[in-house]
Amino acid sequence: MTVLERSALAEVGLSRPRKDGREKVSGQAQYVGDMEMAGMLHGKVLRSPHAHAQIILVDPSAALELDGVVAVLTGADLQDIEPYYGHAIKDRPIVALDRVRFAGEPVAAVAAVDEATAEAAVRLIEVEYQELPALGTLEEALAPNAPKLHERRPKLGLFHGLGELGEQRGNVCYRHVIAAGDIARVRADAAITVEGTYTFPAVYQYAMETHATIAHYHGDGVTLWANCQHPFLVQAEIADLFGLDIGSVRIIVPYLGGGFGSKSYTKMEPLTVALARKAGRPVRIVNRVEESMVTTRRHGMRCWMRTTAAADGTPLGREVHFWMDTGAYADNGPRVTATAADAAPGPYRWHAVDVQAECVYCNTPPSGSYRAFGATHLQWIGESQLDEVARRAGIDPLELRRRSLVAAGDPVRPDGTGKPLDADLVGDVERAATAVGWGEPRRRWRGRGVSVGLLAAGAHPVSRASVRLCSDGSADVYVGTTELGQGPRTVMSQIAAESLAISSDLVRVHGADTRFTPYDRSTGASRSTTIAGLAVKRAADSVAERLRETAAEIWDIEPEFVGLAEGRAVFSGEEITYPDLIARRFGFRGGEIIEGGEVRPTDGGTGSYAEGPHFWEVCVAGAEIEVEPDTGEITVLRLATIADVGKAINPQLVKRQDEGAALQGIGNALFEEMRLVDGVVANDNLLEYRVPRIADLPHRMTSIIVENEDGPGPYGAKGCGEGALAAVPAAIVCALGDAGVPMRELPLTPERVWRRIQEVTKPTSAKGSEDD
Amino acid sequence: MDLATTINGQEMHVEVEPQELLLDFLRERLGLTGAKRSCEVQVCGTCTVLVDGEPVSACTYLAADAHEREVLTIEGFARLPDFERFEEAFVCHAALQCGYCTPGLLLTLKSLHDQNELRSEEDIRHGLDGSLCRCTGYWSILEAARELAG
Repeated sequence: MTVLERSALAEVGLSRPRKDGREKVSGQAQYVGDMEMAGMLHGKVLRSPHAHAQIILVDPSAALELDGVVAVLTGADLQDIEPYYGHAIKDRPIVALDRVRFAGEPVAAVAAVDEATAEAAVRLIEVEYQELPALGTLEEALAPNAPKLHERRPKLGLFHGLGELGEQRGNVCYRHVIAAGDIARVRADAAITVEGTYTFPAVYQYAMETHATIAHYHGDGVTLWANCQHPFLVQAEIADLFGLDIGSVRIIVPYLGGGFGSKSYTKMEPLTVALARKAGRPVRIVNRVEESMVTTRRHGMRCWMRTTAAADGTPLGREVHFWMDTGAYADNGPRVTATAADAAPGPYRWHAVDVQAECVYCNTPPSGSYRAFGATHLQWIGESQLDEVARRAGIDPLELRRRSLVAAGDPVRPDGTGKPLDADLVGDVERAATAVGWGEPRRRWRGRGVSVGLLAAGAHPVSRASVRLCSDGSADVYVGTTELGQGPRTVMSQIAAESLAISSDLVRVHGADTRFTPYDRSTGASRSTTIAGLAVKRAADSVAERLRETAAEIWDIEPEFVGLAEGRAVFSGEEITYPDLIARRFGFRGGEIIEGGEVRPTDGGTGSYAEGPHFWEVCVAGAEIEVEPDTGEITVLRLATIADVGKAINPQLVKRQDEGAALQGIGNALFEEMRLVDGVVANDNLLEYRVPRIADLPHRMTSIIVENEDGPGPYGAKGCGEGALAAVPAAIVCALGDAGVPMRELPLTPERVWRRIQEVTKPTSAKGSEDD
Repeated sequence: MDLATTINGQEMHVEVEPQELLLDFLRERLGLTGAKRSCEVQVCGTCTVLVDGEPVSACTYLAADAHEREVLTIEGFARLPDFERFEEAFVCHAALQCGYCTPGLLLTLKSLHDQNELRSEEDIRHGLDGSLCRCTGYWSILEAARELAG
């Protein structure tokens, strides 16, 4: 509280240009697939054509005879290690051992002098399978007589984070239950009941850069160049798998060509390390798109939901039972399931809820994280049921939300556990509604919808960072957050610059290298600015403190009287530049000031899922659509998304993130769907798996930034960039319901919508839409 | 087979395999990694380079077909005087995030611009419909392209 404290923020809140802009525009930015090292081999993977089969024999001898082949990895090479991994549940072998559980599962891998040779050698590996009946759908996997896909009792992964595993029942690998209030009584008292069964498809994240890893197994351990989002979690899993010290596993992360969750946790790294270990030389594996599609995806889901309400529409109870198809291995399924359960009730003041969530093994490719997981699955269902309640009560859906939404400071979880609400949802939804013309007259076959939801965000709140002020007054930030396009290098430079009172032009932010970069749990769950950013701020604040102390010694005053501005320490008309301060501190033109910053669970907490989330990410959107009744085709006329970020460190980047999430929301709502036939992906290419193109942009699109400074991050910031993906499909489904076409299946393909129009326009079923 | 071609203004004579893809030739032999591989079926546009000024998908274009033609990659474009305008437009509008699709997009825009096919919003939407970007949601790219068109 000195008079010298600057009143306005000089860096935070400005739309600084991206730090990586010029490097990326000019094609100089390096991704793992662009990198080579001396002696490097190319790896290719032999994948199972069957969704479920016993492996009778794997014979690599013909492959090994091919010129240029250096090594072939099979299950037999894993006998000296415990070959199972999985951050949640250790259920997945590095390559299939005796049984394949999904079409696309790695069975063997070849390292050769070039890709063509490796590919040719893969075709020479002889594998004999005995096919088993495939559990290609949730129904098949949940059938009472279904065979168990995992007979071995799996161990908990290093980062399960959801408590102990219960007794595994059939193919259910994880269950999550939320119960509060007397649901039976609430149901009996209700005047309005809306009930239905819904399906959400498997979706591919499609980061344009596929999974890529270079591994070099050497005398001192292993070094990886990997396009992973969570290098420190991968480091721990690799160390655990191969019996190495954590510090002997070094992971270097260059730029990522998109992530969206597809590169979270451990993916192709164990296989690449095992192959490099066998070959005795560095190996690079770069997936093809069809391989990345079977490496990870979004969970397909079936859901039953019942909402009950009073005659005036007041929400009373919500019952939800859903099943997530996590594929052959759990991957992040348990967390996705728990987060979906958190999102299932929706942020309303319920009298009672009953959520039963189950994560189910199937003979399908593994499912993991994808931007706004859980919330995207559930929000459209809950919000469309709430709209139906409003229609039956005869009140405006926006008004019903105004009356019923949880208020800031009130508990979000109906059982009262975890973080209370840290946002103004009514304010948010009113903004979205206004932006799409709420209340304006509209034509037939047009509709408007708003949707509100929350996403448990922040993951485990553990981040460290360090900031180094060099002798020339420029600075380096070392933070584990990976740059996948979301712009942390720019944002972190602004946060550090603000504390150091220098221009962000003088701040460099580096990619993660676990050997030198301080620990950061992960890059996901919208946590980077909020949690890693706070660690950066604390580190930079400490550097600033050292600067004040040094200046205070020179001027013989107390440090709190020293101000910092524009790269100088100032006091009463005197000033010393940072380079001069550092030179005075060390007695020559060298040295540096380097400090660390830390964020960890506060108040003696463990950061557990039950205590969490660190903050609630707001998922609010509005949509105005038109449906063509003769074709079922939907046009999005107006779309509004709310980026309720607490404080926008860089408003332009916030908006750009929000727009990107919104368009992925359009894809998830309107056409993205992996077609699984007997567990096999039938459209494993970008010709048949359609993602949004520029032609799919809505006519009008508004991203509204809301800054209530109510987040736990630096300057009141909280995460963003995911919420719109959950909110947009929900708003579109609600808008379609408003146009008279209530839907219970995504994506909203013209055929599905057209069929539904035929059903609802039949006079006899006009009112029957809620009863399945 | 013998390939006589010009890559980023530099003439070269090299032996290539008949089945060698232009993308592999550029990335692996010449170290020009600005063109990226993604969909491999001519949908995404990340591998786009210009051959005699026309955008082609290097992932499905044979190196041999570049015989007696001029190839321009992002590395070459970045050294041309008109690059600066494109760079400014993209950086200023934050029309990139992960950057993986950016080189292909810029070359596509350059070709549209050079052929005077970047005059209207409709031109932009039509011209960029063969370029995927999963990060930005296209709005920022549209804004950058409008500035280049304007």
